Amino acid sequence: MSQPYEVERWNTRARITVWAFVLGCAVLALAPLWGSPAFLSRSVVLFVYVLLAVTWNALAGYAGLMSVGQQAFFGLGAYFTIRLSDGGVPVFAAMAVAAGAVALVSVPISYVMLRLKAGEFAIGMWVLASLLHLLVNLDPLIQGETGISLLALNAFDPKTRMVVIYLFGLLSAVGVVAGMLLLLRSRFGAALQAIRDSEEAAGSIGVPVFRTKQLVFVFAALGAALAGALWLASTVSFQPKTYFGIQWMAYTVFMVIVGGIGTFEGALIGAVIFFVIETLLASFGLWYLILLGGTAVFFALAFPQGVWGYARNRHGWFLLPIGRTLITREKTTGAE
Amino acid sequence: MTDAAEHQAIGAARAAPILSARNLGKSFGALRAMSEVTLDLAPGEAVGIVGPNGAGKSTLLAALAGSFLPSEGTITFDGRDITRAGAAEVCHLGIAKTHQIPKPFDGLTVFENVRVAAAFGGGGDHAADEVAYDALKLCRMLPLANQRAERLGLLDRKRLEVARALATGPRVILLDEVGGGLTDAEAEELVEIIRAIRARGTAIIWIEHIVHVLLQVAERLICMDAGRVIADGDPEAVMKDPQVMEAYLGHSVE
Repeated sequence: MSQPYEVERWNTRARITVWAFVLGCAVLALAPLWGSPAFLSRSVVLFVYVLLAVTWNALAGYAGLMSVGQQAFFGLGAYFTIRLSDGGVPVFAAMAVAAGAVALVSVPISYVMLRLKAGEFAIGMWVLASLLHLLVNLDPLIQGETGISLLALNAFDPKTRMVVIYLFGLLSAVGVVAGMLLLLRSRFGAALQAIRDSEEAAGSIGVPVFRTKQLVFVFAALGAALAGALWLASTVSFQPKTYFGIQWMAYTVFMVIVGGIGTFEGALIGAVIFFVIETLLASFGLWYLILLGGTAVFFALAFPQGVWGYARNRHGWFLLPIGRTLITREKTTGAE
Repeated sequence: MTDAAEHQAIGAARAAPILSARNLGKSFGALRAMSEVTLDLAPGEAVGIVGPNGAGKSTLLAALAGSFLPSEGTITFDGRDITRAGAAEVCHLGIAKTHQIPKPFDGLTVFENVRVAAAFGGGGDHAADEVAYDALKLCRMLPLANQRAERLGLLDRKRLEVARALATGPRVILLDEVGGGLTDAEAEELVEIIRAIRARGTAIIWIEHIVHVLLQVAERLICMDAGRVIADGDPEAVMKDPQVMEAYLGHSVE
């Protein structure tokens, strides 16, 4: 006898979405052949936003860990790249190694930070970012707030440099998005949401609460560090104030809230929305900031669940199922 | 209860206890919530706990489930000292507890709620679908399987607590007021569910105010008052105990 139920994890729409995503990635991977230098350089900015939004959504939206200090890892990713490059590591390898090193450093940090609860955790992360900012300032190589440039990049001609940075960004963003999907679809995805909804209940059914939080904390640190290294490569100069600044969190929170916090698709959509607003309106200076603030207020009041949260709840939309649907084949009248 | 089941239960009570508490006490600051509680639970036994509000019933269950460290005393499970074990460890060993105030994972569906419990507290990820399905079926929640937990009413939330605890594959299940506020028909269904759990060989400690519902499952009754066990044994004898009557009615009935 076949089992009386089935657990659905994919459907046609999800398969189409995944294939469209793969196809889109392939087209983007070939962009150095068809894209203008301006396209490549703007794309890197989008990749940075995607890295920040997706990983902060994992942390805050799925695990309920409302960090406002991811710039700590963003700045550290850039700083480690500078340090490693100065120490003789080839510059592009330095970016990848720096991100990995930040992920490692985030492990001991997690033991301290994850003991803090809710608001304390949020503020604690911000304090951590400020602390790291000050510590990096102590490094004579950085020359205080004057900063330093990633000079090793000068060894490459501008075209090659742009292509490599672009591909590094694409690979990072795609890797983080795919990693996020795999994480959420694994049993740890449900565990994260369980912890977010009731930490006590999650513990009482055997979820390793601390380890699970650590997993997502390190994942988010890695994402922010990749973003920081990428930002450094595209802007070349490193000034601590710029990298460890709270504005990165303001942007990230904007993206995730507008897109739909706690939805997989929402963070990506939010990153694109923010990117489009910035691309179209950044030249308007002050008005750009006013418009950005206005948009945030509008969404907070009219669509508190964000674009995707609204669409999902209103119309039942989803592109990628991360949950599990139980389909029963027999008529269920209850227990025997 | 049939004679055979009764016989079995009496036999079980003589067997080595699966769960034991010795002189358990708990203080929250100046508040004394529980004092010198000693009890043994035999494998497969069903024990009811009654007592007025604030008697320490929930405190006892929480201590047994590893929700906090007792201030004094020891807890042994299957011959092993678990006094200092945390909630997740206790769950892995085979004790599951429902929460008096339901704590569903609101953002997950009913099936996903129960599946997390099966994947982490039970037999692991590969068998989790089956374990979750069985738990939902036993608790008669299959029609609600794909409903988000935040949309459930109170009764279904309480039943979800039972299904989730069950999915961890416990040898002892601790039920903290899962039947409060039920109509007679609903209470009858709950009794059937809890009997089905018991029929699997799971030992039960069940806190409930509605004694006649409780006694349809429990073969032994414990009464607590002011943090202490004031009576423990045959339900009828316990209910006739003068101390129990006083705890409930304020004075003993002549």
